[in-house]
Amino acid sequence: MVTVWILLVVVLLVLLGAGLVVVGRARGRRRVPESRVSPPPPLVTRPEAGTEAPPAEAPPAEAPPAEAPPAEVPTGPPELRQGMGKTRGLLSGYFKALRARGSVDAQTWDDIEEALLRADVGVATTTALLEDLRERVQRGELSGPDGVLSALHDDLRRSLAMPAGATLRVDEGETNVWLFVGVNGVGKTTTIGKIARQQQASGHSVLLAAGDTFRAAAAQQLETWGERAGVAVVRGAEGGDPSAVVYDAVQRAAARGNDLVLADTAGRLHTKVNLVEELKKIRRVADREPGHVTEVLLVLDATTGQNGLTQARQFLDAVEVTGVVLTKLDGTAKGGIVIAIQRELGLPVKLVGIGEGPDDLIAFDPAEFVDALFT
Amino acid sequence: MFDTLSDRLEGILGRLRSRGRLSDSDVDESLREIRTALLEADVDVGVARSLVDGIRMRLVGEDLSKSLSPGQQVVKAVHEELVRVLGGESLRLTFASSPPTVVLLAGLQGSGKTTTAAKLARWFRQQGRNPMLVGADLQRPAAVEQLRILAEQVGVPVYSEPTDPVTVARVGKDESRRLGRDVLIVDTAGRLSIDEELMDEVRRVSDAVEPHYTFLVIDAMTGQDAVSTGRAFHAVLDLDGVILTKLDGDARGGAALSVKETVGRPIAFASTGERLADFDLFHPDRMASRILGMGDALTLIEQAEREFDRDVTEQSAARLLEGRFTLEDFLAQLQQVKKLGSLGGVLSLLPGMSKEMRQASSAVDDRQIGQVEAIIRSMTRQERIDPAAIDGSRRLRIAKGSGTTTQEVNQLLRQFKEAQQLMRSPGMLGGMLSGAKGGRLARAMSDAMDAEPGLAAGLTAPGLPGAGAAGGGGRGSVSGAAGGARGGKKKKKGGRVTPKSGGTGRPR
Repeated sequence: MVTVWILLVVVLLVLLGAGLVVVGRARGRRRVPESRVSPPPPLVTRPEAGTEAPPAEAPPAEAPPAEAPPAEVPTGPPELRQGMGKTRGLLSGYFKALRARGSVDAQTWDDIEEALLRADVGVATTTALLEDLRERVQRGELSGPDGVLSALHDDLRRSLAMPAGATLRVDEGETNVWLFVGVNGVGKTTTIGKIARQQQASGHSVLLAAGDTFRAAAAQQLETWGERAGVAVVRGAEGGDPSAVVYDAVQRAAARGNDLVLADTAGRLHTKVNLVEELKKIRRVADREPGHVTEVLLVLDATTGQNGLTQARQFLDAVEVTGVVLTKLDGTAKGGIVIAIQRELGLPVKLVGIGEGPDDLIAFDPAEFVDALFT
Repeated sequence: MFDTLSDRLEGILGRLRSRGRLSDSDVDESLREIRTALLEADVDVGVARSLVDGIRMRLVGEDLSKSLSPGQQVVKAVHEELVRVLGGESLRLTFASSPPTVVLLAGLQGSGKTTTAAKLARWFRQQGRNPMLVGADLQRPAAVEQLRILAEQVGVPVYSEPTDPVTVARVGKDESRRLGRDVLIVDTAGRLSIDEELMDEVRRVSDAVEPHYTFLVIDAMTGQDAVSTGRAFHAVLDLDGVILTKLDGDARGGAALSVKETVGRPIAFASTGERLADFDLFHPDRMASRILGMGDALTLIEQAEREFDRDVTEQSAARLLEGRFTLEDFLAQLQQVKKLGSLGGVLSLLPGMSKEMRQASSAVDDRQIGQVEAIIRSMTRQERIDPAAIDGSRRLRIAKGSGTTTQEVNQLLRQFKEAQQLMRSPGMLGGMLSGAKGGRLARAMSDAMDAEPGLAAGLTAPGLPGAGAAGGGGRGSVSGAAGGARGGKKKKKGGRVTPKSGGTGRPR
C-alpha cells in the first residue's frame, strides 16, 4: 500500500509535467480526430469451428506411435544427431580452421572463445573452460589443437552428464504431478502434448491440467493435444485461478485412477514477482494430498541467450525445478546456455525437443549434444 | 528492460566519470569490461567487437570536446556508438496509396507473433487507421482462436479459414478491400529458418499478399541465434524491420543491438509488456539513453499525448499549478496513467530511476492500484474535495465500501495530504519540470517513506532530475548526454543542469 502510494505520487507528478507539454503542444495544432475509428464491424468469418483442431496439414509427419517413452529408454542417439544435424556448420568452421593450423597460439584461444560464445555458452563459463585448458597446456598435459579440442569435448560432456537417477520420476501407486514452468513462448504446452502421448503410450494413465488460464486460447491448444494423445484435459475459466485448475485435476486424477498429471502453467517472466508467487502457490496446491509433485520441469527455448541462466536460477529458487526441457533444438540455435545452467546450478537437461512432430521429444544425451556442437 | 546491461555499463562508466584523466590502460580495461557486458547481454560476438572498436575510435579520434571531462567523453562515445548500432533513426511508416497497406509478420515459434499482431492492430487504430487481421497460422493448435480473442479486445475484425495459409492470406486481402479496411496485418505460423518447406510457404504467403512491410518478430531473450535467424528470414522475405518482444523481463536485449548491424534493417517496434497497450515504435536514440540509465521521458510524453484525455489533463494540470490538486483530480489522473500500461513500465521510462527503485516498481502489483481507486471511489464528491471532512464514521463507511480497513483509508489520506503539501511548496512544480530541485523531491519522498527503508534509500540516491535530461540526451548532443548522465547520477549537480526548451526538449 505504502509503496503503491509513493510510486503513484511520483508518476502523477511527472505525468502532469508531461501533461502540460501535451496540452501546450496540442493547442498549437489540430489533432487527428480519433472518432473516425468506427466501431468494430462483425467478425468476418468463413464457417469454421474456432476451437477445432487446425486443418489437415497440422503436424508434419505423424510418425508411427511412440516406440519408447523418454523416461525409461532413451531413444536412439541418431535422432538427436538428425535433429541437430542441421545446426552444424556454424561452429565447425572455427574448429576446422583451428585443427588446420597445427599449433596452439593466441588465435587458437580466440577461435575457441568465439565458437563457444556463439553457441551461447556465455562469457563466464567460456572463460572458466579456457583458463583450465590453458593451464593444462602450460603444464604440458595437452598439446596441439586436437589435444585441446578433445579435452574441451570431454570437459563439456562431463559437465553435462546427468547425475545418477536423474530420469523422469513416476512413483508407483501415487498421483504424480509434473509441473511445467517457463517464460512465455518457450513451448510448454507443446511439450506437454508430446509428453502426454509418450507417457500414455508407455503405460501411464495421464491427465492434463490446463493451468494456463492467462493466454488466450491456451486451454484449447492443450485440448487439441489431449485429443491427439487420447488424454482428458481438466480446464477452468479463462482468467481463473490456475491453482484451482491444478487442484481439480489432481482430485479428478485420484478419483479416476490416473497416475500422472501434467500441469501446464502460463508463461511468465521470472521477474514478475506476483506471477512467481502465483507459481509457488500452484506448486503448493499440487503437492497437497493426494497430489505428489515428482517433477518440476523448466522449459527452455534453445534460442535463449544468457537470460536462460537467470531464468533457471529464479525458477529454481521459486519452485525447486528438477530438470530442464530444451526445446527447438532443431533450429540454428545451439542451446549452449544449458552448459552454464548445469555448471552453475547443477540442473540437468532431461529432454530435448527436436521438431514439431508428436514424437520429436527425446531423452537428452550429453555426448550427442557436445558432438553436435563440435562437428 | 536492458537493466542488466544498463547496470553494468553504468558501473563501468560511473567509475570513469569521476576521473580527471584517463590513461591508455584505463581505456583498455574499460573497453574490455564493456565487451564482456555486451557479450553477457547476448550482443552478437562480431557486433560487440565492432562496437568496442567504434568506441575506441571515437575516444582516440580527432576533436574531443574540451567542455567534457574524460569520463563524460567515454559516456558520450558509448552513447553515440549505441545509437549507431541500434539503427539511428526510427522507422517512418508510410501508407499505401491504394489501400490496404499490408503488414506481414514472421518469426520463430514462440517469439510472440500472434500477440504482436493484435498489439500492432491496436497501434494502427490509434493512428486513426482501420486495420484488419488475418490469421494465417494454421499450424499451432488454437492459434487462430487466440488471435480472435485478442482481436476482439482490440476491436478489430479477423479473417481466417481452415484451408491453407496462402489462400487465407489472399482471400483475407480481398476481404479487407471489400470491407474498406486500410491496413492488413497477416499473422503467420512460427517456423525455423532452416525448414525449407515452411520458409517456402511463407514466401508464397508473401507473394500472395505483396506486403508493404515485412517484420521479423524476435524474442528479446534470444541469444546469438538472433543474427542467424535474422539473416535467414531476410534472405527469403526481404525484411523491412524487426519487432522486438518480451522486453519487460530482465532480458538484456543484445539481439536488439545486433540485428541492425548484421541484417541492415532497423528495429521497428518493441513490445514491453503483456498488456496490449505495452507496444510502441522503437526509437534507437532513446533506447541508447535508456541503456545508459538516462531514462526516456520523450517516450513517456508521447504516450501521454496519445492516450491522455486532453481536457482532463488540462484541468488537473491547471489545478496542480494553483496548488489545488484534490483526490478527485488524482482519481482522474489515475485513469489516465493506467492507459499508459503497467506502472512498472511507466516508471522505467522516468529518468534517474535507480536500480532499487526499478526493482521496487517491478514488485508493485497493478491490482493494488485498484485498491487505492476503490477507496477514493467510495468517497463522496465532497469528501474527495475536502478530505478533512472525513470523520470516524465516514471513514468506516469508506473502508467498508472499498473492502479495505480504516487503517488503509487513513494511510491514503495521510499520504495524500503530505503529497499535497509537497506540491504546494513554492517552485516544486517548476523545479520538477526543469530538472532542478530533484533532490528535494526525493528527500521529501523518502521522509514520507520511513516505513519502507529499502525503497527510501533507492529514491534518495539518484534524485529526480526531471524531463530535461533525457530531452537533451535523446538528441545525443554533447551537453545533453552529459547533462543527462550528471542529472541522473548526482543529486548535488542536478540543480545546475540547464534544460534546453523549458525543460521538455522535443525530439527535433
